[in-house]
Amino acid sequence: MSSAEIAVLPEREGFKIRWGDLAPFIALAVIVLLGTLINSNFMSANNILNVITRSAFIAIIGVGATFVVATGGLDLSIGSMLAFVVGIMILAMNALVPSLGAWAIPVGALVALVVGSLCGLMNGLIITVGRIEPFIVTLGTMGIFRAFITYMTDGGSLSIDRSLRTAYRPVYFGDLFGIPFPVLITLVIAFLGAFILYRTKYGRRVTAVGSNSDVARFSGVHVGRVRTMAFVIQGFCVAVAAICYVPRLGAATPTTGQLWELQVITAVVIGGTLLRGGKAHIWGTVAGALMLEVIANVMVLSDMVSEYLVAAVQGAIIIIAMLAHRFTSSR
Amino acid sequence: MTFAPTDAAGGAQEPPVLRTEDLSKAYGPITVLSDVTLEIRAGEVHAIIGENGAGKSTLMKLLSGHATPTGGTMSMFGKPVAFADAVQAEDAGIVLVHQEILLAPDLTVAQNLFLGRELSRGFAVDDRTMNRRTAEVLARVGSLARPTFRVGDMPLAQQQLVQIARALLDDRKVVILDEPTAMLTNDEVDALLGIVRSLRAQGVAVLYISHRLEEVEALADRVTVLRDGKMIGTWSAQALDQRQMAELMVGRELSMLYPPKREATTSEPVLRVEDLSVEHGRISGSFSVRPGEVLGIGGMIGAGRTEMIEGLMGLRPAQARAISLNGKSVAKPDVNAMMAAGLVYLTEDRKGKGLLLNEGLGPNLTLQALDLVNPGLRLDRKREGRSIQSAVREYDIRVRTLSIQAGQLSGGNQQKLLLAKVMLAEPSVVIIDEPTRGIDIGNKSQIYRFIDDLARAGKACVVISSELPELVGLSDRVLVMRSGRFVAELTGEDITEQNIVYAAASSGDDTEGRKHA
Repeated sequence: MSSAEIAVLPEREGFKIRWGDLAPFIALAVIVLLGTLINSNFMSANNILNVITRSAFIAIIGVGATFVVATGGLDLSIGSMLAFVVGIMILAMNALVPSLGAWAIPVGALVALVVGSLCGLMNGLIITVGRIEPFIVTLGTMGIFRAFITYMTDGGSLSIDRSLRTAYRPVYFGDLFGIPFPVLITLVIAFLGAFILYRTKYGRRVTAVGSNSDVARFSGVHVGRVRTMAFVIQGFCVAVAAICYVPRLGAATPTTGQLWELQVITAVVIGGTLLRGGKAHIWGTVAGALMLEVIANVMVLSDMVSEYLVAAVQGAIIIIAMLAHRFTSSR
Repeated sequence: MTFAPTDAAGGAQEPPVLRTEDLSKAYGPITVLSDVTLEIRAGEVHAIIGENGAGKSTLMKLLSGHATPTGGTMSMFGKPVAFADAVQAEDAGIVLVHQEILLAPDLTVAQNLFLGRELSRGFAVDDRTMNRRTAEVLARVGSLARPTFRVGDMPLAQQQLVQIARALLDDRKVVILDEPTAMLTNDEVDALLGIVRSLRAQGVAVLYISHRLEEVEALADRVTVLRDGKMIGTWSAQALDQRQMAELMVGRELSMLYPPKREATTSEPVLRVEDLSVEHGRISGSFSVRPGEVLGIGGMIGAGRTEMIEGLMGLRPAQARAISLNGKSVAKPDVNAMMAAGLVYLTEDRKGKGLLLNEGLGPNLTLQALDLVNPGLRLDRKREGRSIQSAVREYDIRVRTLSIQAGQLSGGNQQKLLLAKVMLAEPSVVIIDEPTRGIDIGNKSQIYRFIDDLARAGKACVVISSELPELVGLSDRVLVMRSGRFVAELTGEDITEQNIVYAAASSGDDTEGRKHA
């Protein structure tokens, strides 16, 4: 049989609707619809912007976590790392105010990005060079970062210098053409993340390492480097979230970012990224982060369920999402 | 074959312990074992020999209840039996000792022996009785281990003995040993043979599966030969020597599957590997290959062929005194350095190490040569698309749509995709490990033609294969490996299945092929 007989269809990926990939967006739409039915205030521009802005932290960190999870890793230290980076950044800014004035803010932000990336690099190197499970390593660094922020705040709170508050405030509370800055930053980070993951060689290697690290190794992919880099991206994203976080409250406390790792992992997983690696959805993660915040908001607005049960509902959501995935993928 | 089976009516004094009649096994439309009629008597060592894929393990699974036959009958002591699972077979007195060690390393010897059938006194486990009975059975197999030793701390050979001891814990009529010496050193093999002999003296029927013909010659009372899923016959062991066994195992003619041989090449080697040592010397050797040559590497499974090549590629710990490729010296074994210098390796483990089964054609095809297809940081989708198109055409990968996932392709098409993947780097030397494992005959002959085309285009090909006809049909030269060393080099008319089997399976003292330095 000659090869000419085989009809090779052109690639038409764009036209094929993959319902599995759309699931997080459909779920988000359903929850928004429910929210509108339950309380008319839900759809007010004010409330919607508020909800989206608040979801920015989880979404930004979630973009980094998507990389880590896509390589088959897991980072439990992100909540503590955020607090640690916030603490370092505030210390740096306060120290720089006398000499630099308002310029202390961008320089402090730069310090945060470097520190965040280094924290990620440390996690990544311990995991890949030391060949230790990511779960164990980041469980350890989670404790270390949390202890450091408690030490830095002396158990109380570490506030940013008064003179910087007004200048820094807009990074969280300001907007451009009516779109809050944190939302813009989330969009930029998500676009960058999607570009790296789907359009670059590095992204291709991330997927390869996550779906089968043996295949990747046999194909000459430096598996350790790819994994480590994913943790650096994670650290960088944590630092970006920290930069948005400081103007909101103006201080770090020992409970800053506590349990955020669970929210982030929830967002990643309900966004359609496989926890065992390989399949990654940046925009699904963003939708997942929004979903968590919208659920909390709807519960606060409605009187049907106590808002103390928010975490229970979020917890139920992740299990339902996984069951749905099992159900649809087994066919 | 010149020798007729000598068994026939042998000793008809008492009914055999185990008898099969026309035993067959088919998976769907594919028959893997047909019409095996076999008698196993008390107090005999009955060897089952055959090439890889001859049906030995299928037969063992049927006898030990790990699989159920699709045809034929079994009887024990003249009474018909049928086993739904391994437990029923064990209750009847038939036990299979697996080739791999299947023990819990963190438990003690006694805990392993009684795993799942612990003795108890009231609610507490009865360690004292279990340890005593373990000590008894350990003594029976000549093990020096104590019942309280942790299995994971013991050497492999001792663990193997524990496995055999577990099989003997209850009174057994038939003990099936599947390649029991595959992982043992020579001294350990001798000890094991002694144990098998003492089992025979105790009246146990031992079914002994091995590809080491000298063991079979030394040990067996009778030998049954399987080939291509069929039973060739049963012989008295005295009637056969190792060479005759090898001939019975092979016994078929070269088909027309293979392209005609190329003329011998005399050019300088393109790849020269000197004193490659893998896993601290467990596997070592030197070899070279010329442009336009197909070098076959033969040997039994476990001889170390794949490990040697994976070592050469830097995929497992290895050192080499010197590696020269295309006239350039390669500093140390490494996949990327080798690919850059012009050497690629196609793994035998298509699904586990070759392809990303959940990914499409593009990510799979370009993963290894990613930097060549995409010069910048960004993925070049257009070039990738062109690569897919030309790979599909050139290697005749049959797909309905290009957006198919690799896991949905047939075995043959997966193999072609894998071949296209490693060829994307335009290498001058290609090492292909088991090029046709698990693929149908049509794709097989296509792959052979690809390999022939590569050689004719001046590439050097190294083919590792456990299929003897394949080695004979493709190779200009064959190196045979045994226990981690090259033991023979065959060229020209000497490349025959018999010679390869003989060199791979016998002790190799009187090998006709030249020793390879």
